[in-house]
Amino acid sequence: MYLWLIPIFPLLGFLLNGLFGRRLPKSLVNLFAIGSVALSFAWVVKTLLALGPLETKYVEHCFTWIQSGALQMNVDFAIDRLTAVMLMVVTGVGLLIHIYSVGYMADEGGYYRFFAYLNLFMFFMLVLVLAQNFLLLFVGWEGVGLCSYLLIGFYFLENFATTAGNKAFIVNRIGDFGFSLAMFMIFRQFGSLDFTKVFDAAKNMPTEAGYGTLTIISLLLLVGAAGKSAQIPLYVWLPDAMAGPTPVSALIHAATMVTAGVYMTARSSAIFTHAPIAMDWVAIIGLATAVLAATIGLAQTDIKKVFAYSTVSQLGYMFVGLGVGAFSAGVFHLMTHAFFKALLFLGAGAVIHGLHGEQDLRQMGGLFKHMRITAITLLCASFAISGFPFTSGFFSKDAILVAAYARAPWMYWVGVVTAGMTAFYVFRAWFLAFTGDYRGHAHPHESPLVMTGPLMLLAVLSIFGGFINIPHWLEPMFAETAENQTLAWISAGVGVAGILLAYVFYVAKRGLADSFAKAMNGFYTLVFNKYYVDEIYNAVVVRPLLAISRVVLWKGVDAGLIDGTVNGVGSRSRGIGGILRLLQSGNIRTYAAWVVLGSIVALIAIGFAGGRR
Amino acid sequence: MPASVPISWYLILSAILFGLGVAGFIYRRNIITVFMSIELMLNAVNLTFITFSYTLKKVDGHIFSFFVMVVAAAEAAVGLAIILTVFKNRQTLMIDDVSSMKY
Repeated sequence: MYLWLIPIFPLLGFLLNGLFGRRLPKSLVNLFAIGSVALSFAWVVKTLLALGPLETKYVEHCFTWIQSGALQMNVDFAIDRLTAVMLMVVTGVGLLIHIYSVGYMADEGGYYRFFAYLNLFMFFMLVLVLAQNFLLLFVGWEGVGLCSYLLIGFYFLENFATTAGNKAFIVNRIGDFGFSLAMFMIFRQFGSLDFTKVFDAAKNMPTEAGYGTLTIISLLLLVGAAGKSAQIPLYVWLPDAMAGPTPVSALIHAATMVTAGVYMTARSSAIFTHAPIAMDWVAIIGLATAVLAATIGLAQTDIKKVFAYSTVSQLGYMFVGLGVGAFSAGVFHLMTHAFFKALLFLGAGAVIHGLHGEQDLRQMGGLFKHMRITAITLLCASFAISGFPFTSGFFSKDAILVAAYARAPWMYWVGVVTAGMTAFYVFRAWFLAFTGDYRGHAHPHESPLVMTGPLMLLAVLSIFGGFINIPHWLEPMFAETAENQTLAWISAGVGVAGILLAYVFYVAKRGLADSFAKAMNGFYTLVFNKYYVDEIYNAVVVRPLLAISRVVLWKGVDAGLIDGTVNGVGSRSRGIGGILRLLQSGNIRTYAAWVVLGSIVALIAIGFAGGRR
Repeated sequence: MPASVPISWYLILSAILFGLGVAGFIYRRNIITVFMSIELMLNAVNLTFITFSYTLKKVDGHIFSFFVMVVAAAEAAVGLAIILTVFKNRQTLMIDDVSSMKY
């Protein structure tokens, strides 16, 4: 099936654009960048058609990567039903975003660099989802992290962009540390990192009541997933990651890379289901993240920040789904979220593009008549994320919430309230941007077709994507999830209530929002400042760490110990050399005498050695 | 070479020549004499080569001595040129005066 072709196309695109892009015309850069992803998408479609229903996993061995003792590490690619979903989402949405970027980045510097990074990202992401063992998955995992860093810091002349890139990279290191430890534990326990071997062995182990090996592994994997998928306590990098260009926010920080943690957890479901304590942790962290991020999203004024916190919140939903055992619901939401959140970001990008870089919602308003397509497509996405009946979000979110109800009713109710908040803040952003009077100073204009085209396609997917029955498709892999019509309609009703509330606040009775914010001044300030989490982290973690680095590691270890050793060796050598150089008298006859003496000594030595032989 | 002359005589002669060369190299101060001492040592070694080559009926020693002669000729050319230059610059051929290459 040549599965390796799927990731190799974007890699070729990266190499062509990265090496020669500077000298190539834009049309060729576009051709390489989009063509490679399109080929990759086409190959995915062809492969999936050829493989048919995928009752069993299809594995393809590429080559042996590492062979050392008992350790054998293969580069194997595999496709099962979960991977199929991920492949379609990554290449499909990725292709649309690549096309969109042509319009969005048209006037930006570093055009070829942008597409080279984007293609490199696609390569690593595809390696990540196709990997058949943990180490190869980790390669993709780190690779997408690298591309995320490069693209967040794309505008590297801006200080905040490089800082945000560093923040994303460093926070992700913490998660990756957990993931690495998990891999060590897995190898120690199962003697392999191959998915099939590990999960088959894990399935035969008893379910653990306490903190056993599987629980520890699961918790460490959770640390990794929390880093990549922006869950408490490691979510802080994602909102800052919006410093990158908007297509990047859509592709990497909404649709694909941040869902890698969800994918990895779903992939490791065999381990997680045998560790109920870890599952509870997953659900609780997901729920807490969903609520926290949703409340922060209520008060943000930057349109991208609103959607960023919404992403964090929706990822929290997915974790709730995973944590309550509804893996297929989590993956379902992953897919629909990829559709509508990519659309939200791309729509926001179109707005920003049309306003020449303005991101502040307070400087927008009344844009509906200027950019109708953007407004309508964004409206579709907003309905979908609010869980409006029969949109894609309705099906996936309710699948999660119903499963949560089966686990613990209070989780359901918290989730429902969060859904209401989600609907409220998304529609708040929409109303602020598109209704009322224009408050800014730019000249708004609609985006070109190359940008609105992907928007319209994604709008269709956001509305009707829910009819792709992912839970049914994934049934052979994960336990079936419960269905409950009543609960679904309740949460949808709360979503609609959120929309209406936003309408009242920001359209019908303007000013109500401000007076409301004044009335709840304390809470509003708290939320507006994102619970001061960044400040707390700064005081508790970053500053002490910097202080320790400076005093102990730099002044003590580096300057004292390491430099001291090196300089000590240097000065000792110089001292000895100072004595030895006296031999260098310049008198040729002395040298000759030394040579003769040396030969005599050598002769005597040879004599002794020969005598013994 | 008559068979009656034992091989050891040749070797002893060679050793004596070599010893003279070493002694001259160390004790003489005139650069030209030192140079001649070097030639003496080289030829002492050549004699040894030839002796063994003849005794063992192998041609290797002959080849080696030719090598040594070639090297000695080249060395003589370069060495004499250096000596001439030294004399031009310093108006002396005393080896102890040529000692600027020290620490």
